[in-house]
Amino acid sequence: MLLKNTYNEFVKILAKPRSYLGIGALTLLISVILFAMKADGKSFISFVTSSFEQTLSFNGNILNGNLIAFIILQMLIVHIPLLVSLVTGDLISGEAAMGTIRMLATKPISRTQIVLSKFIAGAVYTLILTIWLGFLALVVGKWLFGSGDLIVLNSDGLVILKEQDILWRYGCSFAVAYLALLTISTLSICLSAFAENSIGPIVTTMSIIILFTIIGSLDVSVFDSIKPFLFTTHMASWRSFFEDPVPWSTIWNSVLILLAHNVILISIALYKFNKKDITS
Amino acid sequence: MNETEIIKVEHLAKNFGSFQAVKDVSFTVNRGDVFGFLGPNGAGKSTTIRCMLSLIQANHGNIQLFGKDLHKHRNEILARVGSIIEKPDFYRYLSAEKNLEIFARISGKDVSKKEIAGMLDFVGLNGRNKDKVSGFSHGMKQRLGIAQTLLHQPDLIVLDEPTTGLDPQGIVEIRNLILRLKTEQNKTVILSSHQLSEIELISNRMVIINKGQSIIEGDVKELLNAQEMVVQLEVNDVEKSMKVIESSFPQALAKNINERIIEVQLEKQQVPSLNQHMVQAGIEVHAMEPKRKLEDFFMKIIQS
Repeated sequence: MLLKNTYNEFVKILAKPRSYLGIGALTLLISVILFAMKADGKSFISFVTSSFEQTLSFNGNILNGNLIAFIILQMLIVHIPLLVSLVTGDLISGEAAMGTIRMLATKPISRTQIVLSKFIAGAVYTLILTIWLGFLALVVGKWLFGSGDLIVLNSDGLVILKEQDILWRYGCSFAVAYLALLTISTLSICLSAFAENSIGPIVTTMSIIILFTIIGSLDVSVFDSIKPFLFTTHMASWRSFFEDPVPWSTIWNSVLILLAHNVILISIALYKFNKKDITS
Repeated sequence: MNETEIIKVEHLAKNFGSFQAVKDVSFTVNRGDVFGFLGPNGAGKSTTIRCMLSLIQANHGNIQLFGKDLHKHRNEILARVGSIIEKPDFYRYLSAEKNLEIFARISGKDVSKKEIAGMLDFVGLNGRNKDKVSGFSHGMKQRLGIAQTLLHQPDLIVLDEPTTGLDPQGIVEIRNLILRLKTEQNKTVILSSHQLSEIELISNRMVIINKGQSIIEGDVKELLNAQEMVVQLEVNDVEKSMKVIESSFPQALAKNINERIIEVQLEKQQVPSLNQHMVQAGIEVHAMEPKRKLEDFFMKIIQS
């Protein structure tokens, strides 16, 4: 029954216009970035590298597909949560708003299975969005800008990664970025279990992200103890794969915290939905 | 519970915070019944039905369907139940056919596309299979709801206000459909409705609930026959008629409605002699209409 209802969830997601809105918006955003980089990318790069030109000389194709993918990931990882929650925040509350939750909940399928099928569908949608992001950023980026070594600027200075040493890093970083987006998906579905309208969980998800991001960026000691446990702190962990050497312990810590968030949020949603009186 | 009892609800109670929606509701529905579930707005009908379908968790009481405890055998029971609660809601962005496919997939039985097409035909939606539900009228949605209810061949059909918002033709269609389900397929139907005449026309048994409590339960005909009858008389002389009634039927209650019409409440067996006394007193009786309908019975029960 879980598989059957998960299939139902895919049918519904595929039929909803808002599902394509996310993919369309992502395509548009990346197209704009690619166009801007194609048109004026060199001056953008020289602005970054100018401070190092007295000590380093840059040869070869710096503005390549690998760098473009990095820039795109950096720019969009903040905005994609909105696109994710636009679809996933509606998965339970949308049914309540439409009244179809009554029809679902009177069928011989347990409430746990109803919720889990929505989590699975949300996870698959998020995966599709992440793969599409990776395809546009990396594949289209490389097609338009060619390949080459990746120069990344981080807090320790410049990191230069050889071309043949990059692909696995992108694979891993997209996996961690997916886990971060999956946490957003899980959060919005969890909030969706508490709501009776579609917009509430979407707005609340974004508000939580903004709030946690602000707490994370505030240099105030009172928040120091909670910062490591906020999922927003770990949303940029994908960047760690572009450090040399890769800080594996930091990455594993982020993965564990994000996984813990997913487990806790799913448990809360299951508890709430199983106890919920469906009065809509 | 014996084999004929399809639903047995005992001392059901449900609170929403401090508000007690259902205080003490008990009733039994037998196999093959078209069971009327009556009560004024806010009586607790929908809450009771939602408890029966596990949409709401009761605070107290027992619910058994098909002889099994609802909470212990939920999925097994719901596989044998088809329902419309208040109004059928569908995925507006999907076609009628796709909607039925979605609900059929989780109905607990394998339903083929051919059966779905057949069911759409049965409810008069043939030719609209591929149309999105967003373009459907209320009546069409209601018929699609009936199709969804019957798709998996349930033994018990629960219809909560199935004729709400329907035009007279739609009401007749739904009524005929329910009667067909009973006569042709021997389904058990529980029907909650504000259309008391609907209940009177198609139900064989009923329960009346008020303020969260079941007031009376039984055979519709027996319950109605057990009551005194109200007869409306159109006469040429109201004053004289009132005197005849007072002298001949001292137990009867007579009420002057207007200058030509009076209403008399009396025993059913006294009705023929009422007419006789009127005619013998030289009163012209132009019309004599029994007013004892379910509405009167219902109001009497509720007010008492």
